[in-house]
Amino acid sequence: MNGVHDLGGTDGLGPIDPKDDEPAFRSDWEKAVFTMLPATLARGFYNLDQIRFGLEQMPPGDYLTSRYFEHWLYTIESNCIRTGVIDPDELDQRTRHYRLNPDAALPEGGDAAVATLVETVCRMGASARREIEGAPRFSVGTRVRVAADHPYGHTRRARYIRGKTGVIDLVHDAFVYPDAAGNGLGEDPAFVYTVRFDAAELWGPETAAPNSSVCFDVWEPYIQAV
Amino acid sequence: MTSIQIPSRIAGPYPRSEEDIAARVKALEALMIEKGILTTEAVDRVSAIYENEVGPQIGARIVAKAWTDPEFKQRLLADATAACRELGAGGLQGEDMLVVENTDTVRHVVVCTLCSCYPWPVLGLPPNWYKYPAYRSRMVREPRVVLREEFGLDVPDSVEIRVWDSSSELRYWVLPQRPAGTDALGEEELARLVTRNSMIGVGDPDRPAS
Repeated sequence: MNGVHDLGGTDGLGPIDPKDDEPAFRSDWEKAVFTMLPATLARGFYNLDQIRFGLEQMPPGDYLTSRYFEHWLYTIESNCIRTGVIDPDELDQRTRHYRLNPDAALPEGGDAAVATLVETVCRMGASARREIEGAPRFSVGTRVRVAADHPYGHTRRARYIRGKTGVIDLVHDAFVYPDAAGNGLGEDPAFVYTVRFDAAELWGPETAAPNSSVCFDVWEPYIQAV
Repeated sequence: MTSIQIPSRIAGPYPRSEEDIAARVKALEALMIEKGILTTEAVDRVSAIYENEVGPQIGARIVAKAWTDPEFKQRLLADATAACRELGAGGLQGEDMLVVENTDTVRHVVVCTLCSCYPWPVLGLPPNWYKYPAYRSRMVREPRVVLREEFGLDVPDSVEIRVWDSSSELRYWVLPQRPAGTDALGEEELARLVTRNSMIGVGDPDRPAS
């Protein structure tokens, strides 16, 4: 989708103002939201690409102005409602309860295996690399163009590389295809390539920074040889 | 066109204040606990990992080893995931890592314009500026301006800048150049010079105290 999340090359978003030594989490709710991601992924309610698509559905003004873990809350909540894991009315009711009684306790107990499972997901991860039949169609050094179409669903085909030509720098294994997995259409793994785009190709020779390039990873269906 | 599963709208009005957000998260947490998806112990254990254990000191140790052990450096550049595993580093958001090496002629910088992909197992959770719109929008378009004005790094035009937009599940990070005057230093001392920003590519390692 052509969403506001697709930020590459957008102007006017202000200074970066990098700071050192920020805490990993600024509040207890951020810790809880963070843990919900591996906890729900471990249970297979949805996949990481659907989590990303959920982030992209956030109202654009909120996306640009809210804090990072609010984005996570948005996508975890909307994906849990979509998959029926959470009932929205029940969530609303419970939210009112905790809004009126902020110090009310959380339910106690639960299976000790839950913490072990969630910790294992963090420590081991879950690779999106997949074995597929056949060989990559393109090789290092091939000039390729990114398809210029604008799909409505989830895609990693950022707008600033659509229709642009670059050179394949690296050929990788096959990985889960986000344009399928993010849209609930199965994994459909495809080979991934790193394509290097000259800055002048992306931004025009007048505007581009000198002697610079962008390396962008594409899945095989994104590109055609030129 | 094929049917696409769009996530449902979230329940109720969008939470705004800190109190509203905290209440919503607590409600979601409570329901997940009741459904056996989450426990408070899981929250404590997972947050402790990223608060106390996993952070840029892990990447720094790997960089220092690469600076002092040429064979390890070769393995790191050939298969970063396997090389990091040798030192016990790996996990969520670092399942498939690639390390790119700065040289006298090329300098690498990492960004994620579409979300905030970042190699957690070696750098920890990303700093806020990495996740927010300004860095994500500007780094691909004006890398020299961003490095100079926001990070105080003046890269001469003779040095190529290569910006890695982390658009796939591959997680890129940077092997910075070893600072001059560090020949006498051991791995542990070298690791203390390696900054988080130098492994994102927006800074250099610290200089040794003279």
